[in-house]
Amino acid sequence: MNTYDDPRHHTFTADRLTCIRGQRLVFSDLSFVIRPGTATVLSGPNGSGKSSLLRLVAGLLKPAVGTMTWGDELTRPDPEFHRRQVGFVGHQDAVKPAFTVAENLRYWRAILGGASGENVIGAALSAHDLGHLADLPARLLSAGQRRRLNLARLNLAPRQLWLLDEPTVSLDSESVARLETCLRQHLGNQGSALIATHTPLNVESSATIELAPATWGAIDE
Amino acid sequence: MSEFFALIRRDLVLARRQGSATTSVAVFFTLTVTLFPLGIGPESALLGTVASGVIWVAALLATMLSLDRLFQSDFEDGSLDVIALSPLPLELVALAKTLAHWLSTGLLLVALSPLLGLLMQLDGTAYLTLIAAMALGTPTLSLFGSIGAALTVGVKRGGVLVSLLVIPLYIPVLIFGVGAVDAAADGLTQRPHLLMLAALFLFSVVLSPIASAAALRLNLE
Repeated sequence: MNTYDDPRHHTFTADRLTCIRGQRLVFSDLSFVIRPGTATVLSGPNGSGKSSLLRLVAGLLKPAVGTMTWGDELTRPDPEFHRRQVGFVGHQDAVKPAFTVAENLRYWRAILGGASGENVIGAALSAHDLGHLADLPARLLSAGQRRRLNLARLNLAPRQLWLLDEPTVSLDSESVARLETCLRQHLGNQGSALIATHTPLNVESSATIELAPATWGAIDE
Repeated sequence: MSEFFALIRRDLVLARRQGSATTSVAVFFTLTVTLFPLGIGPESALLGTVASGVIWVAALLATMLSLDRLFQSDFEDGSLDVIALSPLPLELVALAKTLAHWLSTGLLLVALSPLLGLLMQLDGTAYLTLIAAMALGTPTLSLFGSIGAALTVGVKRGGVLVSLLVIPLYIPVLIFGVGAVDAAADGLTQRPHLLMLAALFLFSVVLSPIASAAALRLNLE
């Protein structure tokens, strides 16, 4: 089941999302549409709820109010479909130090349900210039290399919507360029992306969501 | 379903590479039981009476010792976010990880129990019953334990908390596990005790993945 092949569900719509964490309001009434082939940049000061919004769209966090839809289908009734649509790279690296670089990718590929075959791993490695590190234990990687390994996960299984939380942190300029290449390729394949970032990426973004600083007002229940 | 087995394989390979947790369970179990003949004297009559209780209590404590790594390390490095977004429902994720936990710890306890049974002067049917009861009971220990591990996944050094949560759930396993061996030693039928252990296993195999997944969802927010 390749999610790219099913055009009905390519457009992601969030309708009046409200996020409450620890009984504090982070953001409210946030609506946006992400169409296939477009990247949306998420900006706002620290603590404005960028990571919360990404986790919410990923489905790791439940919105207090609001709905999310693919095409005209709500995400709620079919969470497995939603999970197959989103590729999430958070600010934690999800790298197992006991595995080699290639093993990390091999196990993620199997768990994420990507197509089998060594060429998938090879392509993911070379997309982020990790090929020469393939057999190195991941505990020896630098912060930037771990970050690249984390980003390489996106190339393992096709996902419609990439959710990237500060993807450029600790990357050098060449690695950022490789990330931009991957993103452009993904958008060219009618994929879409929601990216929280402080450094502008050289990718055509169709929209920007500006999050206001959270007031962290207490909620009366 | 291949994602399910991939997750089990990954956890088993990780357990083997990191070794220390599996070894510490085996060493703790063996040493604790070995201390009893030294502490209370080698009279076979006395040892035979307390043997089943000692072995079961040591198995309970050894299992508890290993619970914190069930979800904790994946939670801390962000891997649990990625696993939660795999096509697998979180219930099956919890079941796969629990199964891997049993294969890397509980199975070891079952394998060591014939040796410790000999050491503690169990003989005849009581000896065989101990092995059967351990094989039936230790999966339940891992399953109930996963609920405690999932609830405390966000708590640093949650060991004491896990014990408080899990010990009440372990008591039925202890009662019927010891009961089976004692019944066999007294020449009574061990069947009802073993059936109760089997019932507890079936109960926990249904309940524990649901409860663990619910607890993990709370902690991923």
